Amino acid sequence: MVPNQNSVCFRNMHLAATTRHTLDAYRSLGGYVQWEKILRERPDPADIIEEIKLSALRGRGGAGFPTGLKWSFMPRNAPGQKYIVCNSDEGEPGTCKDRDILRYNPHQLIEGMAIAGYCIGATVGYNYIRGEFYEPIQRCEEAIREAYAAGLLGKDIQGSGVDFDLYNHLGAGAYICGEETALLESIEGKKGQPRFKPPFPAQFGLYGRPTTINNTESLASIPVILEKGGQWFLAQGRPNNGGPKLFSVTGHVARPDNFEVPLGTPFRDLLELAGGMKDGRALKAVIPGGSSVPVVPGDVMMDVDMDYDSIAKAGSMLGSGAVIVIAEGTCMVKVLHNLSHFYMHESCGQCTPCREGTGWLERVLRRILDGKGRPGDLDLLDSVAGRIGGRTICALGDAAAMPVQSFLKHYRHEFEHLIEHGQSMAA
Amino acid sequence: MSFRNAPLAVIHDRDKTTLFTPEIREQIDIWIAKYPAEWKQSAVMPALTIVQDANGGWLTPELMNDVAAYLDMPEVSVYEVATFYGMYDLEPQGRHKVCVCNSVSCLLLGSEELIEHVEHKYDVRLGETTADGRFTFKEVECLGACRHAPAVLVDKTYHENLSPQALDKLIDELE
Ligand SMILES: Cc1cc2nc3c(=O)[nH]c(=O)nc-3n(C[C@H](O)[C@H](O)[C@H](O)COP(=O)(O)O)c2cc1C
Ligand code: SF4
Ligand code: FES
Repeated sequence: MVPNQNSVCFRNMHLAATTRHTLDAYRSLGGYVQWEKILRERPDPADIIEEIKLSALRGRGGAGFPTGLKWSFMPRNAPGQKYIVCNSDEGEPGTCKDRDILRYNPHQLIEGMAIAGYCIGATVGYNYIRGEFYEPIQRCEEAIREAYAAGLLGKDIQGSGVDFDLYNHLGAGAYICGEETALLESIEGKKGQPRFKPPFPAQFGLYGRPTTINNTESLASIPVILEKGGQWFLAQGRPNNGGPKLFSVTGHVARPDNFEVPLGTPFRDLLELAGGMKDGRALKAVIPGGSSVPVVPGDVMMDVDMDYDSIAKAGSMLGSGAVIVIAEGTCMVKVLHNLSHFYMHESCGQCTPCREGTGWLERVLRRILDGKGRPGDLDLLDSVAGRIGGRTICALGDAAAMPVQSFLKHYRHEFEHLIEHGQSMAA
Repeated sequence: MSFRNAPLAVIHDRDKTTLFTPEIREQIDIWIAKYPAEWKQSAVMPALTIVQDANGGWLTPELMNDVAAYLDMPEVSVYEVATFYGMYDLEPQGRHKVCVCNSVSCLLLGSEELIEHVEHKYDVRLGETTADGRFTFKEVECLGACRHAPAVLVDKTYHENLSPQALDKLIDELE
């Protein structure tokens, strides 16, 4: 079955590529109608939050935390400055969706951030965009300028008494800044090292003030939820898994791309949208939610639906929605080494199990790959991974450990073969 | 991790109008204006980027000290930032930076071949600069362009779906 596509964050994809990111194009689709309605009618923020809760929108950044619930944690009536921060630091290997929202639909994100600010009592927002995103940064700067010029941002907007100022902040090449408290440290002009929690950002966030952090896709979904209703959004997906979601389908498929399809779409339909397997190769394995989540064997994946709960039942996670497809003939030791190298490189270094453990994992995998593996190496990998998970300040430690455990579980024979014979089974 | 949440303001005994050029100061000031007045240090990352771009792509200790003075920060805090983030270079660079993504989606579609090809053809290892100073060759982590893997960042432009031949062409066009 061909799933319904492009109904929320990509709803403007059918417009002309040269102009679809502009204010005029966004207005032509009903853009800023929700924001202007809020400015006119000043509804009770609690009612909007209820609508978001009803929609069952879950955080698109990786953790899948319900967005409405997160907003309700904010002490919105407490005095003093509060902040809304957008996490556009997209860096999880396999994930390439936020870049396209930023480039192709920046105004919808701006409207979403403004509405979020209204709901949580924040009059200032920062959009943290990774520094390598030169083109998206330009687009977002341009869009903010357009929005100010059109009287959609600023102080006492359209005489409503509502203030909302929005700024882009740029990263400079550190995956860890995608972790929300590292991101806050980074905006404060420091190394991006995650904070110990509690206190959580809703109490003690940016500059020590109450702060909500949401992913680009989560925030860009908000205007459409308000336009069409929480019930509509919920009905696009599955109970507890509202809406469509962007999936970045990459790796060994014929037409890798981003697809916005309903949560609950069968994996096999998504694979078909991506043109099926590249060069007719057989499916070996899928990493269904970005490099941090457990790998799932291909035959299992063929019967899994793409929503948070179904993927969890299959032993993995939907994560950021990055679906990495791996064909038969690929050396899984090599893939795992690549992942481990990433986490070693990106560990911020403040927790010993993560800093030392990621280095151990990489070095042991390197020597196995080089044909110098030792008989006890798989137990060593298992034990090192087991000592990282759950013992660190942030989830990068778990992210480094989980792939190791799942690769060893499903593809142990490939590792054993390489250790015994000094060369890969796939070669 | 820091439990401290006050800016680390220190006043340097230097006349700010002697730091950088007026154009650079103006660019940094645009960033400073985005943050609360007492949090000038929030502009440290963009300031380092601006200063690095104006200095042929790398940061000297003197430039980092100047950024510290301009933002009323301790020098060591600026060094911490400059050494933590991957986009700052603390050594002289080639005239261009060619950064090949070697994360998983790009690996599956041939990033290693790209790297080997460039290493052989231009006689340069990862992290090195070509003998003629044309470009510095780097391996980077996921660029967020995985749907068009393999991806390469040349200075400030993304190039996607690259074959070794297409990458050659790009490199040959660099001055
Ligand atoms: C190591 C690490 C990297 C992360 N990278 C990102 C990222 O690039 N983008 C993102 O939105 N969330 C990222 N997250 C998740 C954020 O911490 C946070 O949960 C998310 O931004 C919250 O937004 P959401 O509730 O809308 O998903 C990362 C988490 C960890 C532990
Ligand atoms: S788990 Fe790793 S990345 Fe996260 S805070 Fe600890 S050392 Fe840093
Ligand atoms: S893995 Fe290379 S751009 Fe994402």
